[in-house]
Amino acid sequence: MSSVLFFLAAIGVISGAVGVVVLRNPFFSVLALVAHLVSLAVLFLLLRAEFVAAVQVVVYAGAVMVLYVFVVAYVGGESDSIGERLRSYNGSAGGSGSVGSALRLGGAILGGALLVELLIALLGTGLEATSGYGAGYVPGPKTYGTPAYIGNLLLTRFLLVFELASFLLLIAAVGGVVLARRRGGIGEADEHETFVPLDALRPRGTGTTAEGVGARRQPS
Amino acid sequence: MATTYGWLVLAFPLLGTLVTAFGFRHLPGRSAGWIGTGAIFLAFLAALGALISLQGHAPEHRQLVSSLWSYASTAGIDAQMSILVDPLSVFMILVVSGVSTLIHLYSISYMEKDRGFVRYFSYLNFFVFSMLLLVLAGNFLLLIVGWAFVGAASYLLISFWYRRTTATKAGIKAFVINVVGDAGLVLGTYFIFKHTGTLDLLKSFHAVESPAHPAFGHGTNNGDLVAGCVLLLVGAFAKSAQIPLHTWLPDAMEGPTPVSSLIHAATMVTAGVYLIARMHPLFERAPAAQDVGAVIGAATLLIAGTIGLAQTDIKRVIAYSTMSQIGYMIMGVSVGAYAAGLFHLMTHAFFKALLFMAAGSLIGAMGGEQSLERMGGFRKALPFTYVCFIIGGLALSGIPPFSGFFSKDEILLVTGERGGWHWILYVAGYVGALLTAIYTFRMIFRAFHGEPVAEARELEGGHLHHAEVPRNPATGEAEDTDVGFPGPVHAIAERALPMRIAMGLLALGAVGAGLIQIPKVDFVIDDFLRPSFATASGYEPHTKTGLLVIGLTLGTLIGLAGIALAYRIWVTRPGMSEAIRLRTRPLYELFVNKWYFDELTDLLVVRPAAAAGAFARDTFERVFVDDTLIGGTTGIVRAGSAAVRAAQSGFVRYYAALLVLGVTGVGFYFLLQA
Amino acid sequence: MSIAWYLAVSAIVFSLGALGVMTRRNPLVVLLCLELMLNGGNLALIAFSRMWGNGDGQILAIVVMTVAACEVCIGLGMIVAIYRRQLPIDVDELRELQG
Repeated sequence: MSSVLFFLAAIGVISGAVGVVVLRNPFFSVLALVAHLVSLAVLFLLLRAEFVAAVQVVVYAGAVMVLYVFVVAYVGGESDSIGERLRSYNGSAGGSGSVGSALRLGGAILGGALLVELLIALLGTGLEATSGYGAGYVPGPKTYGTPAYIGNLLLTRFLLVFELASFLLLIAAVGGVVLARRRGGIGEADEHETFVPLDALRPRGTGTTAEGVGARRQPS
Repeated sequence: MATTYGWLVLAFPLLGTLVTAFGFRHLPGRSAGWIGTGAIFLAFLAALGALISLQGHAPEHRQLVSSLWSYASTAGIDAQMSILVDPLSVFMILVVSGVSTLIHLYSISYMEKDRGFVRYFSYLNFFVFSMLLLVLAGNFLLLIVGWAFVGAASYLLISFWYRRTTATKAGIKAFVINVVGDAGLVLGTYFIFKHTGTLDLLKSFHAVESPAHPAFGHGTNNGDLVAGCVLLLVGAFAKSAQIPLHTWLPDAMEGPTPVSSLIHAATMVTAGVYLIARMHPLFERAPAAQDVGAVIGAATLLIAGTIGLAQTDIKRVIAYSTMSQIGYMIMGVSVGAYAAGLFHLMTHAFFKALLFMAAGSLIGAMGGEQSLERMGGFRKALPFTYVCFIIGGLALSGIPPFSGFFSKDEILLVTGERGGWHWILYVAGYVGALLTAIYTFRMIFRAFHGEPVAEARELEGGHLHHAEVPRNPATGEAEDTDVGFPGPVHAIAERALPMRIAMGLLALGAVGAGLIQIPKVDFVIDDFLRPSFATASGYEPHTKTGLLVIGLTLGTLIGLAGIALAYRIWVTRPGMSEAIRLRTRPLYELFVNKWYFDELTDLLVVRPAAAAGAFARDTFERVFVDDTLIGGTTGIVRAGSAAVRAAQSGFVRYYAALLVLGVTGVGFYFLLQA
Repeated sequence: MSIAWYLAVSAIVFSLGALGVMTRRNPLVVLLCLELMLNGGNLALIAFSRMWGNGDGQILAIVVMTVAACEVCIGLGMIVAIYRRQLPIDVDELRELQG
């Protein structure tokens, strides 16, 4: 039974991954990734990592992917497919020309090489343990894989990691806000940027080029 | 004790240099001049102390060596920082520091309005330090160091007015020729070191003179020794401006007059004489080298005398006179007349420095003009200067009882005594004396007798002449009076007390110094210097009385004849010099063009060197150095960096690919390992 | 299924992600492929954790997810900023940092 479930989930995972890489429209890629993530959660369950599976669905598929959906909806981006680029394409849009095409071909080759190597490494080296099934199922409140078990670990052995991870989240949040905030462009005035109380006393347009040129009295 | 004084003699001028050099901005007014003078005066006092304490030793023990530290003792070379205090070096430091003190005093007034006042005294103190180092050196290495420093100081002082192109060129010329001499000195040292195995002077001499195992064998004229001595002579000739390395001395007159007085009359140019006297044990065993020295000395004596007849720049006349007199000294020490040669060195220092100082005063009265053709009739306007000129001139011409008479004639006496072919030198010496008298008094009569020129009349009226536009005396081009050029105000002796004091003291020396070495009467110099020349053959004077009388009277008569001739040509018969010039046209051309030595040097040395340099530049330098070495290296670096730069393409995906490639590679490596 | 199967799946997912990163031009998709790689790694971690029987791998997987979330946040923020400046959304075009 578990083998069947394994194969189903594995097919889901791999096809989701293929979909992400191959699909033209970025939106479809996002959807493929969501599917991939859910299938991966099933695999996690099969491996007795209940909590991680739950976290995967809730956080990853639930929050991160939603964020992606928002951004893809906002930005969009051009759709290009991998197949188009693998063939030599002179004068392709984007000006990367032969460099880009060569890169894509090279990338494909490298990816393949990496896969082969990893497979050899993981499977062909004779790790006996990998041919085993791992820990058996022991039901209980704090046994392997349960939230209590994870929580215990997080707050005892991995406390520092836990704290650092939360710190990292904070930094990332601040960074995200800073990166994506709306800044003044060429046409917008700088007056909102820094407000020194003295500015209220100075005439409007102090320090601008307009003042220097002599056209001080100008409508905002 | 004597050696402590020796170190003090070196320390004071060095201290003076450092204080004036580093306190450049902080020294008020003209105090730098007094500091400099004071430093040299203290050195003079220390030299006196050395003299007194040296005489306190027994004559055999009057050669004292003192070493501060040894800075290299490797590979058989014993390089010590040691000085040798013996009668010869004490004699030299007395002369050098004494005359230098007076010249410093003179300079305080002479350079008063010059913007480079402090720099001048710093350089001058440095020069005196170097010269004292040279004469006090106890080993070859320190001697070479002092020699080189003196050359450097000479360069600094000749091109003191550095914005004058003529001055800088002259400085370079002097330096280059001096370097040739330095090379000779170093190579000569090598030849001597090869056999004696030591750089220390006294030890070297002992090795050469040792009766059991003399370093150069028992005979004379050992090949290496002659080579070494001739190379030392090359050094001596370059420093003392003997033919053929003399061309720098007349050009060195571009420096301020006190510099000419100190360096190119009294001290630096006598370094060659000192060298030969110091190295006498070596020269005595290489008579071939001695003969070379004597012949060159005599040749210079005559040639310089003839050139002096035709020169119009007053300082150059005195310069050639110096060259000629040094020829006497070189000749003297080369034939073994050490005491006589050194005595002449002393008296020459007095009267030549005096002549230069007086010439400085005269040039000041002329507002910077140096040409004899424009001078005349200053007798009433510059009485003190005139008297100094007369005293100096009489001493130079060898008229008794002035000092020059005793010293010069003594050299000639010893030369005559040597016999053999030295009679030629004897005759040459007297011919030279005649020429000396003629050109000296030509200079004096032209400048001071006859109709007073405009500047003289101005001065008689009480007003010192100033040129409206300061000019370079040699080329006549206009200049200004800012730093790098002479100052706006020129000084004359009649109005500046320090100048008068200095000149007065020198005049006393010029007059009275002869009294200490009157032949057959007193032998102060002889006795004093004897311990230094204990091993010299022929040191004791054994002049036959007949030759002595002939020599003395001949010398006097020739001197007087020269003066009389000069008087006739330039005072009583004004047109006569023109007439003579026209009649002896080719000879005159030869003399005025300085026997074409400059042109000869240019042809034989400068042009081939320039051609070789151009050739090297065009072929070797261009192909090998520029293209291969430099071009190759930069090309490789450039290509390498271009290759590396290609990796920074800016493509993110390219970087990602590299990452994956790297991971794959590492994994592959580990796979292979397992 | 033995652990080896899970590892095989993990390897496939990882290489697919690497391929995508190297090949796609839309930065959004590149980031997605990056997520793929991270997930592949996560799977391997969980598999090994099961093999050893302790929870270290799972903790690390959670931390990796956290990091992935942060990185997505920043990456998407950058893409939004680029979009706001009317620059092309194409990794091949964005190469000013070249040497």
